[in-house]
Amino acid sequence: MALEAGYPEIRTVGIDGMLVSFGDRLSEPANRAALAFRAEVERESWDGVEESASSLVSCYLRFDPLYLRHADLAAKLRGLIESRDWMQAPLPGGRRLHRIPTVYGGALAPQFGEAAAAAGLSEREALDSLSGARVRVTALGFAPGQPYLGELPECWDIPRQQALTPQVQPGALVLAIRQFVLFTVQAQTGWRHVGQTAAKLVRLGEARPFLLAPGDEVTFPSVSEEVFARMQGDAEGGASWEALA
Amino acid sequence: MSRALIVHRAGPAMTLQDMGRPGWIAYGLSRGGAMDRLALEEGAALLGTRPGVALEMAGVGGLFEASEEMRIALTGAPMRATLDGQPLLWQASHLLPAGARLEIGPALSGAYGYLHVGGGFAEKEILGAQSAHLTAGLGAPVRAGARLAVGPDKGGETGRKLAVAERFSGGVLRVVESLQTGLFPEEQRRRFGEEAFVRDMRANRMGVKLTPEGAGYGVEGGLSVVSEVIAPGDIQVTGDGAPFVLMADCQTTGGYPRLATVIPADLPCVAQAPAGARLSFRWISLDAALEAEAAYRKEIAELPRRIAPLIRDPADVPDLLSLKLVSGFSSGDHHDH
Repeated sequence: MALEAGYPEIRTVGIDGMLVSFGDRLSEPANRAALAFRAEVERESWDGVEESASSLVSCYLRFDPLYLRHADLAAKLRGLIESRDWMQAPLPGGRRLHRIPTVYGGALAPQFGEAAAAAGLSEREALDSLSGARVRVTALGFAPGQPYLGELPECWDIPRQQALTPQVQPGALVLAIRQFVLFTVQAQTGWRHVGQTAAKLVRLGEARPFLLAPGDEVTFPSVSEEVFARMQGDAEGGASWEALA
Repeated sequence: MSRALIVHRAGPAMTLQDMGRPGWIAYGLSRGGAMDRLALEEGAALLGTRPGVALEMAGVGGLFEASEEMRIALTGAPMRATLDGQPLLWQASHLLPAGARLEIGPALSGAYGYLHVGGGFAEKEILGAQSAHLTAGLGAPVRAGARLAVGPDKGGETGRKLAVAERFSGGVLRVVESLQTGLFPEEQRRRFGEEAFVRDMRANRMGVKLTPEGAGYGVEGGLSVVSEVIAPGDIQVTGDGAPFVLMADCQTTGGYPRLATVIPADLPCVAQAPAGARLSFRWISLDAALEAEAAYRKEIAELPRRIAPLIRDPADVPDLLSLKLVSGFSSGDHHDH
């Protein structure tokens, strides 16, 4: 897939940040490029770079601008940008595939039917589509460890709702514009609440305090409310994972 | 009993704060830490320690007691402070005897006061820091009844003061262009550097809202930009047209367009602007901003050399009774410059 004109683009963030962007809207290749590029930045671990992160379509670097000059860092980044076609780069190693059992619809996820209708699907079709989808953690944000996941099939390009849902519980799986968000906190949202999970995404005090990392992949297989009730007492909330390449 | 600072009364927004938790942006956790980082450095200079963990008091302090004798320092927004009823100078270090009552009232100017203890607070660390990051669900406010563990103090001087940079009533903030400055019309960018703003009532550790003197700000046609990384100091513009300066506990990513970024050296001034304070912005180049950063770091490095004794040794003072021995606590906003 061709890059949009003007990309990749290097911009400054404040006085101590630099951002390499691979597009101005979310797409699979731009997200792939951001993940792969950040992995390479981490591997390079240039002297003076203090932190890196990927967002939906960019890689961010925080550095000490009095130690590492902007021009020098920009030159390093340009060299890395030109070293390969990032939009087709393989995703980095060390990623995981997570399986997070989910209750779709019913009292636990009351907007499932509404979302199915908005997507032009029957509830049966919607259930098959969502529980069969394998999505990527495109970014973490809004709250610590809270993933944006995409992309869902085209039929799920449904807008956010007009009114905000005043409160969804942690573990709520919400949907809009071909993406899921899986809430780690109680929050209000304009996205439709289609599923409920019991997975614990934040585990402070453990070696890996956040279950999901950018680039990980997730499936949300459907379970009954009875199975869900049993999983809630489980330390992993029913979730399991395996290593990807 | 172990060494502790006992909290008998606490203001509504009191938390332990240090330099925060760098390194977790990729997981959606912003660095957090003290709103006024310079106040942390000033406290460290007064106690002769490295910047550690302080009690951050928003707007009002509380009533405290030491389980055993300890050194303290008071920095940031000057607050009315007394030790067993005797006024205490702010921007200074003092000895807090065991059982004495330290009372810290409302801020006389500014927004965030800091109480430092010799040896530092020794509460449980979460992801390598004691800072509460409430929006991220880490830690909790300090409430009445708390016993805050205090680490061992290597000892050192008390009765020292520090003349600090005036930053408690608004002022001019230097900004650099941000990644999205170009999305805003030329006229707005110009106006932003010329007009004055008033610090709105709405401000917390996530950010500070500024009401413009004139028309609002915004990007034409409700442009939707892809969510992008946020750094403290970024000024985002939401639907209401008022600039919002993102602070310590900001989100790590956001979709609102950002007009500019306040340089780190001026963030303490944003943090300390009380409601109603007037603030304005001045665009500077990246090179000028880096010079300002170098000067700011130099100023911090030189803080220990600026510490002065609160009062001279009476033996050196022939006409002791004619002198005003301690000044500055009557109004609280006079820093003996």
